[in-house]
Amino acid sequence: MPTFADALYGALALITSRDAQLAGIVALSLKVSLSAVVCATLLALPLGAAVAVTRFRGRRVLIVLLNALMGLPPVVVGLVVYLLLSRAGPLGQLGILFTPAAMVFAQTILILPLIAALCRQAVEDAWIEYEEQLRSLGAVGMRAALTLVWDIRFSLLTAVLAGLGRASAEVGAVIIVGGNIDGVTRVMTTTIALETSKGDLSLALSLGIVLILLVLMLNAAAYLLKEAAQRRYG
Amino acid sequence: MILPLKLDQLAFSAGGREIIPPLSLEIGAGVATVILGANGAGKSVLMRLMHGLLAPTGGRVVWSETDEARIRRQQAMVFQRPVMLRRSALANVIYALKIANVSARERESRALDSLKEVGLLPLAHRPARVLSGGEQQRLALARAWALHPEVLFLDEPTASLDPSATREIETVIKAFDASGTKIVMATHNLGQAQRLGDEVLFIHQGRLVERTLADGFFKRPSSAEAAAFIKGELPWV
Amino acid sequence: MGLIWRTLLGLMLAFPVQAQDKFITVSSTTSTEQSGLFKHLLPVFTAKTGVQVRVVAVGTGQALDIGRRGDADVVFVHAKPLEEKFLAEGNGVRRFDVMYNDFVLVGPKADPAKVVGTKDIVAAMQKIKSVAAPFASRGDKSGTHFAELELWKAAGIDIAADKGPWYRDTGSGMGPTLNTASGMNAYVLTDRGTWLSFKNRGDLVIAVEGDQRLFNQYGIMLVNPARHPHVKRDMGQAFVDWLISADGQKAIADYKINGEQLFFPNAR
Repeated sequence: MPTFADALYGALALITSRDAQLAGIVALSLKVSLSAVVCATLLALPLGAAVAVTRFRGRRVLIVLLNALMGLPPVVVGLVVYLLLSRAGPLGQLGILFTPAAMVFAQTILILPLIAALCRQAVEDAWIEYEEQLRSLGAVGMRAALTLVWDIRFSLLTAVLAGLGRASAEVGAVIIVGGNIDGVTRVMTTTIALETSKGDLSLALSLGIVLILLVLMLNAAAYLLKEAAQRRYG
Repeated sequence: MILPLKLDQLAFSAGGREIIPPLSLEIGAGVATVILGANGAGKSVLMRLMHGLLAPTGGRVVWSETDEARIRRQQAMVFQRPVMLRRSALANVIYALKIANVSARERESRALDSLKEVGLLPLAHRPARVLSGGEQQRLALARAWALHPEVLFLDEPTASLDPSATREIETVIKAFDASGTKIVMATHNLGQAQRLGDEVLFIHQGRLVERTLADGFFKRPSSAEAAAFIKGELPWV
Repeated sequence: MGLIWRTLLGLMLAFPVQAQDKFITVSSTTSTEQSGLFKHLLPVFTAKTGVQVRVVAVGTGQALDIGRRGDADVVFVHAKPLEEKFLAEGNGVRRFDVMYNDFVLVGPKADPAKVVGTKDIVAAMQKIKSVAAPFASRGDKSGTHFAELELWKAAGIDIAADKGPWYRDTGSGMGPTLNTASGMNAYVLTDRGTWLSFKNRGDLVIAVEGDQRLFNQYGIMLVNPARHPHVKRDMGQAFVDWLISADGQKAIADYKINGEQLFFPNAR
């Protein structure tokens, strides 16, 4: 059983080694997860906000559904997306199975409900304060929803970061739709899974530490950006 | 013209309680109308029913205009606590103009004009949320002014402000009045009602108990409830 | 809203579209990939033809399923009966023998079944069952799992009916199963390649090797373009042809771990 100290040392060695293959894997992980976060956010924020400020039949069912889908099992998403993108499936024509595009697609689906549900809650809470004024001005529906999203953007950052966390942590979806192809669709999490299954636990653990450090850095950067922006806009 | 406004057996109940029993009255242009009453009398509910923020549970609110869009555009409301977006003061006014479909070219100049009108031009680029309570309320008035509405509803606009801020707000309201905008203001502040109102609608427990010109109301209230209210209130509030 | 569509489109274009690159998709097995063979073999092919080979390494059952769906151009696995079924179904063009490697039975140094160093795999399996020594099985319909089941059959044991708590079905790949066996000090059937690169051996050593019945034949098939028109027939065929050519066969033989050859080319 590798000691934690060994793994930590191994992680530092990996980082300083500037190994081209590892760099490629890290770059792909970032590219895939960040792309998924951007796509999911662009779709989820308007969705969550719209559900928060509008009233329609089945609204409560939709809210429960969104909340429940926050816990979508990644491996199930992977399987469903695989069946969709397979040549034998409805979207086979796209030919994106076993490519990073498929991984982005799957992760977007995975984190969309999470970001939407958290956004819905945040906007609904803010709506209490803004509702009368916005309605008085004539801002209703989608317009009011988007105005609120922009106004509480700093709070929504947490929802987006939750999505980023989930995307960069998952392996079930990307391994099925990406195929874990060496040099093409291999990311940090699938590499860790691979090294574990090969029995190289110490390398797997070191990679795990590198991944956590990466996500930590991303979160720190996001937080500092948010503070700077808040100081400017109040 | 969306005025005169007719309330036709307007009623509102909530949570099993009848808050406004059926009420019929007409509000016309020209006079500044003050809706006076104690806290909980139903003034705010009545204002929101008239402005369309609440749907009546009985009766109707009838404006003298059939075009829904015009009815919306010609009214504005200022609340007790101003709600500003996280943007500059100027941007907040421009936002209101954008919703009102004012053309992009006109928005900035109209916004700047209205900020000037209320004395906030030097603070135009400050984030609205860092302004003081009085400044934000003036900004709310500027926002309403920029829309050039026919009717301006004000729900206890100075209840959260100190005396000097209150004076500033009252000055702006008087300017609105002078420019021809119909003022409909709810307040429990007797002095303010006297300073700003031409006519008084006195509300007690949701019912319209008395309606007279301001002078007459304060010197010789005809209803017992009004008399009690005036006596109970401290004269300098 | 327009901003949303434009951003999504931009992102999709940021990832290179498939049609432009010269590559084929080969579905193969985890054990083959984990042996390191592909890392050694594929660059030789790419240098020669300029065609990139993308290997999706999964269990044999899944690898064949990928071929069946037309998601791969070439299938390269080691389960002859399943491969022939694949052909019979019309999913492949033709099957070629490529190479073989062997399985080994590994087990705990303590050797409760007393089989370490013996040469008869069937007898060893019988002994393991008779003393109810812990045995880890892949249980995932892979080529290795299949081979294991054949050996039980050859030993006259109906393992599905006769298994007891000593028989651990892990339902996972070779690596995880080895991890489990190492953790439990159990016997396990594994391909030599995975064993040679496996780093978490614990107390496990090779118990039985060299028995003819432990040989593991690999076959390659081009996925049928008649059934799946988008299959990259020319490039896929080029890969098949190269692998069974003298060049490819030599590259296979050249692959060694610690000086030991793993795969023995036997294309005819």
